[in-house]
Amino acid sequence: MGGEIWQITWFTVLAAIGATLVMLPPGIALAWLLARKQFPGKSLLDTVASLPLVMPATATGLILLYLFGRYGPIGGLLAPLGVNVVFTRVAVVLAMASMGFPLLVRTARSGFEEVRPRYEQLAATLGAGPWRIFFTVTLPLAGRTVLAGTLLALSRGIGEFGATIVIAGNIPGRTRTLALGIFNAIEVGHDREAMLLLFVSVAIAFVLISLSNRLIHRPATEART
Amino acid sequence: MPIAITLDVTLRQGSFVLDVHEHLETDVLALVGHSGAGKTSVIEAIAGLRTPDAGEIRVGDRVLFSSARAIDLRARERRIGYVPQDALLFPHLDVRHNILYGVRKGEGLALDRVLAMLEIGALVDRRIDRLSGGERQRVAIARALMASPSLLLLDEPFAGLDPSLRERILPYLRRVRDDLGIPMICVSHEPALVEALADHVLALDRGRAVFSGPPGRASV
Repeated sequence: MGGEIWQITWFTVLAAIGATLVMLPPGIALAWLLARKQFPGKSLLDTVASLPLVMPATATGLILLYLFGRYGPIGGLLAPLGVNVVFTRVAVVLAMASMGFPLLVRTARSGFEEVRPRYEQLAATLGAGPWRIFFTVTLPLAGRTVLAGTLLALSRGIGEFGATIVIAGNIPGRTRTLALGIFNAIEVGHDREAMLLLFVSVAIAFVLISLSNRLIHRPATEART
Repeated sequence: MPIAITLDVTLRQGSFVLDVHEHLETDVLALVGHSGAGKTSVIEAIAGLRTPDAGEIRVGDRVLFSSARAIDLRARERRIGYVPQDALLFPHLDVRHNILYGVRKGEGLALDRVLAMLEIGALVDRRIDRLSGGERQRVAIARALMASPSLLLLDEPFAGLDPSLRERILPYLRRVRDDLGIPMICVSHEPALVEALADHVLALDRGRAVFSGPPGRASV
């Protein structure tokens, strides 16, 4: 049992880290876009990106299943290449990324909004182009909030259940995560295993949320005044 | 060496209209006027941070903006050094990295020369939140100078400084003018600065030029 718990924990953490890495570039880009730019459809994009926060996770899973299923718009393109996503570990990563994405975007967006645009303007007068300004001024000044959002998204991934079970199933040793492991242990009456997995889940979530809160509730710096 | 500056700017911001049409040659231009006269709008238009509705901005032989010729150089292309009122040093960088931010490869002044001239050599490894108001101003001036500007814009360099610090900043600005020969436009309410530094005064009132000439005749 110990070995299985260790395997489930290790896989869940790795999959959540993978999901976080996958969502970071588009999440940060979208957060910056929503914070800094005005464009047609901005409100719609903001709403769509936030949907997984309020929709049932199983609904998000169903959308992913439709998109990545063998006959779906994305899965249909991947199938001739021999790539199947559904009921694989990649599907776990995909489900975790989809559920954590809005948390990353919303938190990072507030970080970007708090950076005074005058720092970016001043960097431009010093000869810096948009990319250099972003990576040397905007992102570092919003860095702690972006990192807090990243930790929130990672936490969300670790606790993911509904979307995962729809698109990845609950395959022992393959796609079973902490949340699915708890569900399965309860189902089959393995109370001790359920409690152990519960303890691991609470410990990981506690550490991640504490870190995220410490980053978000930091003292104000000059960048935010 | 004096530089020719053309300021032919019409810029609307809500009910405020900046309407300045001047051509002048100057080493140090003092831009004076009451609060809301349009001084900061003028220098931000020169720096490329605000886009005029119409007109032309020329510094030396470079056209920075021309509505007639559809020219609007981006701020990063203008080579205009800008020292804002609040210095606006990057809070995540130490003094050295602030100063070196705008350095272009193979160009510009030697760091040691600028540090010595502004007497900030001892500050280079400090965090910027450990600097006094006067030190911040000098670091901001150094940062702008290291980007090899063809013109230096100073927005209220004495703002927020106590009188003794103001006295101490002035010689540094004189050195920029005399040792480096970089022309400056300086927004200031300070008669001392205008008299000690400027060779030309442009006074603004509600977005319009009401005086342009040597400092002795200006009512600052």
